[in-house]
Amino acid sequence: MSPYAEAPMTRPLLRAERLTKTVVSGDAPLTILDEVTFDIAPGASVAIVGASGSGKTTLLGLLAGLDQPTDGEVWIDGQALSGLDEDARAAMRQRLLGFVFQSFQLLPALTALENVMLPLELAGADDAVAKAREWLARVGLAKRTTHYPKQLSGGEQQRVAIARAFAGDPKLLMADEPTGNLDGATGAEIAELMFRLNHEHGTTLVLVTHDIALASRCGRRLSLSSGRLVADEMAH
Amino acid sequence: MRDRLAPAKILKLALRMLARDWRAGELTVLAAALVLAVGSMGTVGFFADRVKSALTSQASLLLGADVMISSDRPLPDAFAQNARAQGLDASPVIRFNSMVQKPGSDAAPVLANVKAVAPGYPLRGAIVLANAEKPEGIPASGSPPRGEAWPDTRLAQRLDLKPGDKLSVGEATLTVGPSVQQEPEVATGLLSTGPRLLIHADDLAATNLLQPGNRATWRLLVAEPAGRGTLAAFVRQTSAELKPGQRLENVRDVQPEVRQTLDRAEQFLGLAALVAVILSAVAVALTASRYLRRHLDTSAMLRCLGASERRTLALFVAQFVVLGIVASALGVVLALGGQALLVSILASLTAAQLPAPSFMPGAAAFATGVLLLFGFALPPLMALASVPPLRVLRRDLPRPKPSALVAYLLGAGVIAGLIGWQAQDVKTGAIMVGGVGGLILVAALAAWLLIVGLKRLPQRGVTWRFGLANLRRRPLASSLQVAALALGLMALLLLTVVRGELMKNWRASLPPDAPNHFVVNVLPEQVEGVRASMRDVGGPGADLFPMVRGRLTAVNGASLDTRQYDNPRARRLAEREFNLSFADRLPATNRVSAGTFWGPGAKADAGLSMEDGIAESLRLKLGDELTFDIAGTPVSARITSLRKVDWDSFRPNFFTLFPPGALDGMPTSYMGAVRVPEGARSGAWVSALLQQYPNVLAIDVGDVIRQVQSIMDQVSRAVEFVFLFTLLGGLLVLQAAIAATQDERRFDAAILRTIGASAKQLSAAQVAEFLVLGALSGVLAAGGATAIGWVLADRVFNIPYSPSPWVWLYGVLGGGLVVTLAGWLGTRNTARQPPLAVIRQLG
Repeated sequence: MSPYAEAPMTRPLLRAERLTKTVVSGDAPLTILDEVTFDIAPGASVAIVGASGSGKTTLLGLLAGLDQPTDGEVWIDGQALSGLDEDARAAMRQRLLGFVFQSFQLLPALTALENVMLPLELAGADDAVAKAREWLARVGLAKRTTHYPKQLSGGEQQRVAIARAFAGDPKLLMADEPTGNLDGATGAEIAELMFRLNHEHGTTLVLVTHDIALASRCGRRLSLSSGRLVADEMAH
Repeated sequence: MRDRLAPAKILKLALRMLARDWRAGELTVLAAALVLAVGSMGTVGFFADRVKSALTSQASLLLGADVMISSDRPLPDAFAQNARAQGLDASPVIRFNSMVQKPGSDAAPVLANVKAVAPGYPLRGAIVLANAEKPEGIPASGSPPRGEAWPDTRLAQRLDLKPGDKLSVGEATLTVGPSVQQEPEVATGLLSTGPRLLIHADDLAATNLLQPGNRATWRLLVAEPAGRGTLAAFVRQTSAELKPGQRLENVRDVQPEVRQTLDRAEQFLGLAALVAVILSAVAVALTASRYLRRHLDTSAMLRCLGASERRTLALFVAQFVVLGIVASALGVVLALGGQALLVSILASLTAAQLPAPSFMPGAAAFATGVLLLFGFALPPLMALASVPPLRVLRRDLPRPKPSALVAYLLGAGVIAGLIGWQAQDVKTGAIMVGGVGGLILVAALAAWLLIVGLKRLPQRGVTWRFGLANLRRRPLASSLQVAALALGLMALLLLTVVRGELMKNWRASLPPDAPNHFVVNVLPEQVEGVRASMRDVGGPGADLFPMVRGRLTAVNGASLDTRQYDNPRARRLAEREFNLSFADRLPATNRVSAGTFWGPGAKADAGLSMEDGIAESLRLKLGDELTFDIAGTPVSARITSLRKVDWDSFRPNFFTLFPPGALDGMPTSYMGAVRVPEGARSGAWVSALLQQYPNVLAIDVGDVIRQVQSIMDQVSRAVEFVFLFTLLGGLLVLQAAIAATQDERRFDAAILRTIGASAKQLSAAQVAEFLVLGALSGVLAAGGATAIGWVLADRVFNIPYSPSPWVWLYGVLGGGLVVTLAGWLGTRNTARQPPLAVIRQLG
């Protein structure tokens, strides 16, 4: 029976069910993530918070299909990830997901424009250049399209990364400490930009962060502690 | 929806990434390694191919005919008559050595190879005359007319001959004609360097040079006019009529010896080139694995953004294909330059004009580059493409490792294939693999021992400790670098310092009173006069010895079949005429190794005595009865003693000695050796001797030694040149290893900077590391070169060897300086970056 049979109209975009990740460290198995279950509805913005080592990043990796759980299942847009091989998961990411990372992860060989074009080109888009230009303009970098990552400041690099994440028109945006490498003011600007675009495009946002202020801008907050989901709070 | 990155877009993206990596200097060593590998293979390949195709395409031109009958004695007229009767062209050629001089000039007479030819010569090709305006020369319309002598350019230069000058050849005086740049019929003389002279056959009698005992070669060149079709019949008929000592040779028969020499030279140079290729392979492997480490994030990001493993792999492979093609093409260009240089180094040895380089060696070298790149880079690339996309979140994930088995198999397969291809046959290939592998293994083992031994050195100061710790930290990589550098250095030391020393030691081993002139071709009636002249200039010890030429025709009554000798040298010895002599006592520089030598008053039937080396080559033993054909008369005797001969004494010695009386009545000439004081007097004495006895040859040993030395110089310069590739290969491995450890070095430097080390201290630590690395290579190289020098001196040249300390000084200083400079260039930037940025980036 489909897990969504009871409520087909409000099918969640992302669902984690009893998600468990165990690694063998030394002789003893170490449970990093312990039976975490939740649904995220389309258009929601969710912050995953917790102390260092609580399993936040592991959870994000599993949700994005970048890693495979020891047990449990992830569904994105109704598709169970365990049924997909690595290449199929890659194709799924390209179609549905956008990413923003703490360390920006721009390809150093490519200009800002080319970095933004990359997901579009991978999807076989014909108007990659135009679209990428448009997105760079929207993040305020219309004049820096030909610059390489190392010619850009941290804030500018993260803007390029955000443009790249949105350019593929993702349903789901995953962000891992997007302001972690930036100073306070720049971090705030980046957060503002990300939430604005997220709002404008109705994208579902899953955000891993230490930053309480950033977490508080999300509609919902999942708290992890020692690999367990200890709180699931809606914003006031 | 699968990822739809079209091939054209992959290529475009790949080119962008390649360009950026190139700008960042990530691929310089890799490209340089490929250029070097292709360059060194191609240089040797092109060169060998040019010489070989000169042999093949110009073969009948080189022979000057279609077939050639040759003998050490005059040929019966029947051969020429037969040929002409069958409608074939035939032309006799007689070759011999003679002193020639310019009458009335101060220049000392020169020993020249004289060739008497008849009108119509050559039957194939043409004599090429030197021309000031045309470096390639102009073909002559015929051959020297009567009364004219055409010197080759070397002879013209040595005697300062111009057309119209007079030239004494034996008792004749001829008029000098044009200078010959290249003549046909030099196939067997591809490696000969002596001056030559062409004269008309009808002038031969006037020279009065063809006396008994003079070594001459009589040849009959035969060619078939187009459409005649009788050559095959003539060859069949003549083959059946050949007497011992007569040979019928066509192009294919003349060539094997030259070809064999060439094959061996090619194999040796190829081996040297291959060492450079193997070192390049190591550099490629090191660089590729660094490339893998540096591109993990890019690969992970591509995978995260949705590129499949296949597309990711295609992206990286495309970059390497482009790089491989460009670098290999550059390597071919380098090889074209390299082979031209090699040809010019060996110019005077390869007498014939070489054809232009052909396409094949270039293609083969190019393929070597591409194969090498993929043999060693594909496994890391495949690992790179399979990096888990989770790496975008977790930098601490273990790196994917190329499957060791696949990596080794692919790389080893490529190298084994190259070696097999280079060696042409399995056995040589195995020897080469064993040789190269063993050499590298021994060197690496020695290096490893030295590096481990470094621990025992007193280590004062943080810079030394840190520098040496860096070497010990990677003992395997360090050993390999030391071994690679040591191989290149050793080859260069061997060819320069050790070769010079061997030469010096050999000269020193010659007795100071060793004769410096051989006097040959003295007729019996000239003995008294020539001996007096020799004693006049060289003291009472100078003497002349009788010499009778005879062919070995039978052993123990059974006629000699020279085909039984597999060894080409033995076969040549058996086919040639022997110089037989007689003596009433054992010569001073000989000693008996078996049997007993006769004493004064021995009877003519006391047997004969043989030199033990030739007896062994020809498988002759004490008691064997040998029959010699001396000018048609068979002379038989048993071997009653074997002698050891000290050839280095530079005194006349003979393979075969008879007791006095045994050779009575046989055509006899005399030879001897004399020490003529160096300087102008030596030339004057030779001139005076020839005035009186024009048929006598006075061979200047110094001249011969200088000629041999000039050949050795050229050959060793060529080998040095090829080994330069090996040294460059070693430096590339060093650069690749430095690049491979660059991140570690930067991280270490950052940590040391954080705790207060100055930039100067950091540099000092790195200099210490490279200084030790280079010095270790130098020690190994000097040790290896000394050992090889000793073996050569003791086993091959039989001379005492006193290794000089210069080898060690040059080795250690040279190695230390070169490696330190290369290392410093590779690492000078590590200390400049702000520590925190480095730790953040790499930590």
